[in-house]
Amino acid sequence: MSRKEKNWWIVAGVLIVIYALFPVAWIVSLSFKAPSDLTNGQFLPTDATSENYKGIFTGAGGDLFLPALRNSFGICLIATLISCILAMFAAYAIARLDFPGKKFILGTALAVAIFPVISIVTPLFNLWRNIGLYDTWPGLIIPYLSLTLPISIWTMSAFFREIPWEMEQAAQVDGATTWQAFRKVIVPLAAPGVFTTAIIAFFIAWNDFIYGISLTSTSASRPVPAALGLFSGASQFEDPTGVIAAAAVIVTIPVVVLVLLFQRRIVAGLTNGAVKG
Amino acid sequence: MSTTTLPPTEKSAPVSAPKGTTSDRARSERKLGWLLAGPALLVMLLVTAYPILQAVYDSLFDYRLTDPENRAFNGLSNYLVILTDSTWWISIGVTVFITVVTVAVELVLGFALAFVMAKALSSIRPVLRAAILIPYAVITVVSAFAWKFAFAIDTGFVNKWFGWLPGISGDTDWFGGQWSALFVVCVAEIWKTTPFISLLLLAGLAQVPEVLQEAAKVDGATWWQRLRKVTLPNMKAAIMVAVLFRTLDAFRVFDSIFVMTAGANRTESVSFLAYRQTISRLEIGLGSAVSVLLFLVVVGIAALFIKGFKVDLAQARGEG
Repeated sequence: MSRKEKNWWIVAGVLIVIYALFPVAWIVSLSFKAPSDLTNGQFLPTDATSENYKGIFTGAGGDLFLPALRNSFGICLIATLISCILAMFAAYAIARLDFPGKKFILGTALAVAIFPVISIVTPLFNLWRNIGLYDTWPGLIIPYLSLTLPISIWTMSAFFREIPWEMEQAAQVDGATTWQAFRKVIVPLAAPGVFTTAIIAFFIAWNDFIYGISLTSTSASRPVPAALGLFSGASQFEDPTGVIAAAAVIVTIPVVVLVLLFQRRIVAGLTNGAVKG
Repeated sequence: MSTTTLPPTEKSAPVSAPKGTTSDRARSERKLGWLLAGPALLVMLLVTAYPILQAVYDSLFDYRLTDPENRAFNGLSNYLVILTDSTWWISIGVTVFITVVTVAVELVLGFALAFVMAKALSSIRPVLRAAILIPYAVITVVSAFAWKFAFAIDTGFVNKWFGWLPGISGDTDWFGGQWSALFVVCVAEIWKTTPFISLLLLAGLAQVPEVLQEAAKVDGATWWQRLRKVTLPNMKAAIMVAVLFRTLDAFRVFDSIFVMTAGANRTESVSFLAYRQTISRLEIGLGSAVSVLLFLVVVGIAALFIKGFKVDLAQARGEG
């Protein structure tokens, strides 16, 4: 590659980074703007302030935001955990055993993954009200499984298929017990796939908005995206823009940290499941 | 302990092992398979099949939660009401518009991104990969707010930055008209979901045999010819899978519209219409009917892709 050509690829790379980070940088900048700065028509604040962050962590804003943050973490982590455990067994069966239901299970996972979420919301809204699950954690965890379980099965079985399972037998030949062979050989090989799947499933649950606004009504279970989406309506005389921006930055931090730490695995997980030659 | 009754590889088992044991083994393997995968399958069916059946049932009733006593069977008349109402057709039009525009733009843009990432020097590749995952990971509501605030008259900078373009001035109200509002919705959706498409395309790009590229180069094919005759045909499976997934995902568009316009100025998508009927107006019967119709459209699109365009998902994931 010539020097000139090299430079062009670097320019293209820089453009991609700008593309990816620009809106994020904008919302961060917005979150540091003082009320007087909000409408200055400029990208950056003239005088950075942390008022907006104080607004979401203390006082009335804190009463709205902090429970929502707790709900989001709790509900998403539990939904991720449940779907990973269920998917682990299913993916093991799909990758390792020979049984006729394989295709049906993968097909069902695909069908559930493309299912329009709102079609599930309508009947659940009515049912949850009748059986007392409306506005509770389980009332969101159960429908979240429809988001996290299919992708978990799909991604994990793609990972499991690449595990060299013969190594388990090799270890047994070398004198390891079945349990030792499983624990010392298979678990370390399978763990990265399970972990990556958990991250992707968590992203999807964290991103949910429709279930969050439809199946909750108070801070008892309302997750952050729903609280954010409905916040504009709850404003009194103050422009809520800065406060929304600050809350948006806070919910973005966990996913950005996960991306920076595990980017290589996430890419493998996203593409493994869908395209493999 | 190790009497080694197991053959070294399972594939040679049928040749040496007696018939009875093989079928016993196969049967117990089948049983174990269902035992392990069964719970996951059951949960998936419970959280989707049951609600959609309930929605089909509810859609046959005149049923609103503000007046639950007067619930009455009314056959298909909810569907008749919806299909003869312009609201439904506007929402279909809006949804199709957003789907077609975003998927088309994302395919081109995603291809460019994938191309740069494939060619980029290995030293900056991790940086690009991390950068491109950020829009994927940022939640849709946050992305919608970021773009909304950027285009808004009061808090935005877009009008100021692009004021030199014809038709844009300091008081251009992007959310005041149908087309301009849909434009902003599309921009936000494209920003957020192009990375996903480009990652799928990048994986597809890696499968194009390097030898073919070299051979075409030696034969004097131009860059454009190589792209059209070598790269694209070899990536067909990856492209179709990416388009199928994104089309069905785009067809569910809801979050951005909720945040940006709340369906005002004829920008309501089908999902938003179903939400408004059910959650805001408490019309369980009508809302269910919209949900069922949306479900049928999605199934139709998937069937069209899989039968019509011959997207073989099993083949695409290397199963055969």
